Amino acid sequence: MIRLIYFELLKTFLKKRTYIGFAIILLIVPLIEIAMKLEGGRFLQATTRSLQQDFFFVGNLFNGWLVSYNMMNSLWVHIPLLVSFVAGDMLAGEATAGTYRLILIRPVSRTRILLSKYVTTVLYTLIFVFFLGALSIGMALPLLGRGDLVVFNRGILILPEADVAWRFIVAYGLAAWMMLTIASLSFFLSSFVENAIGPIVGTMGVLIVSLVVLTIPVELFESIRPYLFMYYTNVWQKVFMDPVPWTAIGNDALVLGGYSAAFLGATWFIFVRKDIVS
Amino acid sequence: MRFNHTYGPLSADVILQTTNLSKRYRKRWAVRNLNLEVHRGDIFGFLGPNGAGKSTTIRMLLSLIKPTAGDVHLFGRSLHTERNHALKSVGGIVEKPDFYLYLSAYRNLEIVGALNGGTSRERILEVLGLVGLGQRVSDTVKTYSHGMKQRLGIAQALLSDPELVVLDEPTNGLDPQGMKEIRDLIHHLSHDRKKTIFLSSHLLNEVELVANRMAIINKGELVTQGEVKKLLDEGEKYVLLRGKPKKKLREVLGKQPYATRIREIDDGFEVAMPFDLVPKLNRALVRNHVEVQAMIPRRSLEDFFLSITENESKA
Repeated sequence: MIRLIYFELLKTFLKKRTYIGFAIILLIVPLIEIAMKLEGGRFLQATTRSLQQDFFFVGNLFNGWLVSYNMMNSLWVHIPLLVSFVAGDMLAGEATAGTYRLILIRPVSRTRILLSKYVTTVLYTLIFVFFLGALSIGMALPLLGRGDLVVFNRGILILPEADVAWRFIVAYGLAAWMMLTIASLSFFLSSFVENAIGPIVGTMGVLIVSLVVLTIPVELFESIRPYLFMYYTNVWQKVFMDPVPWTAIGNDALVLGGYSAAFLGATWFIFVRKDIVS
Repeated sequence: MRFNHTYGPLSADVILQTTNLSKRYRKRWAVRNLNLEVHRGDIFGFLGPNGAGKSTTIRMLLSLIKPTAGDVHLFGRSLHTERNHALKSVGGIVEKPDFYLYLSAYRNLEIVGALNGGTSRERILEVLGLVGLGQRVSDTVKTYSHGMKQRLGIAQALLSDPELVVLDEPTNGLDPQGMKEIRDLIHHLSHDRKKTIFLSSHLLNEVELVANRMAIINKGELVTQGEVKKLLDEGEKYVLLRGKPKKKLREVLGKQPYATRIREIDDGFEVAMPFDLVPKLNRALVRNHVEVQAMIPRRSLEDFFLSITENESKA
């Protein structure tokens, strides 16, 4: 199994497509952070304008932590899109290239091949999310300085700097966990088709429809929301609450894990029965 | 016209056997009740026009497609219940050989080797050398010509040193020289390396050139199966004759006792006769001042195959 995973990783990381996401992050993150630096504190002033009549802000609140926190909002749509580039190609890419005919005639079960591909998808997703975190924080702190973190979430919360670093570590861990659910969805969609465009579009379609249902305040949608996995993908944001709602985080993480397992199970069900006719 | 019989012994040497193998897509049967037997050491030609069900059969033999009914036994093991064991001594190419184009030939074979349970560097280099790609092992496959990819396809099929090699139309798209090289390689694998070869093709002459046994499939059903020589020798043999003057030609033909049936066709005659008497007939015609324009020996099986191939291309 280790050997199969090694060669799946090799195939994935020797493919140019794998680096599209990394290249985009390498371009966008410095661009945003440098722009923020040039803008100075105007971003924070604009955000807190309504509060400035009642509160008096002191200290360096516009800092690297704040910018990194805002960068995490890309986890809603942008990062899932980039993750689906690779996850959606895992199975569909083999169909497109015709290489199913090369690998599925071997004396190794389809289950093992599928698992090696899924483990590769998981590793890619983890590397990608942690790369985003490392780049965003690693660049923002030297560039924009340190200080307390202002969080706007149904009000304003200022977290002292000493209390921030661990929250980012846990938040990125949870972000990676929720991104695995999205990667699993792409992986699942990838098992149906012979072109990676389908899973990418399908994943984005599911995300966009879910976000619409989650954000539009309609009573009908409220009853649907708990059944959407996107309802739980804000789990990382809960780490920046005070006190941290660990029970809610645990529940959300469990539900997301359940969805990932369900997507993987459904993929397995399809993949082991699939006729390779292309 | 049907050739409903099977030649050859039924013995323990049968290493590939299909039993009522069938595949249905919705209402259409792509393959139906196919019973094949391939013996150890055979070069087995699997012949049929395009769309006859050859590739579907090969996909079932290599477990890419699940049969709707029936089973495949490889080395006595059911593909349905003992898939991994059954495929251990089998290598193959299905349709055109596709690879990871962005990887080198060596890396591609390394991946195939890993799926076979691990292969040494020496073995990879050996098979690449065997198919004449020894000098291009590090080049990415996207730089390969079609013929080179075809040879790389054979290399991956041989990597695990399988006893049975399944080749699906390996000469497709190759020039005559490339076709000859593949034929030579098949001979080498069979005679020197003692491999059993299952070779699908839509060309009767290709199968005739390399195979010792064959099966013909049409519209998903087995038409005939047996030794190539016997199948081609059996049935009526006749000669297509064209010459001038036509009246004289007919007269001379009528006097030859071995010409058992003479039928006038558009621009000549169809004469049922043994092939070894063709020179004798030629001499008789020349002696009687008939200008012979064409004498083409034909076999009924060949004609039958041509007719189903032509029907297919018209459809």
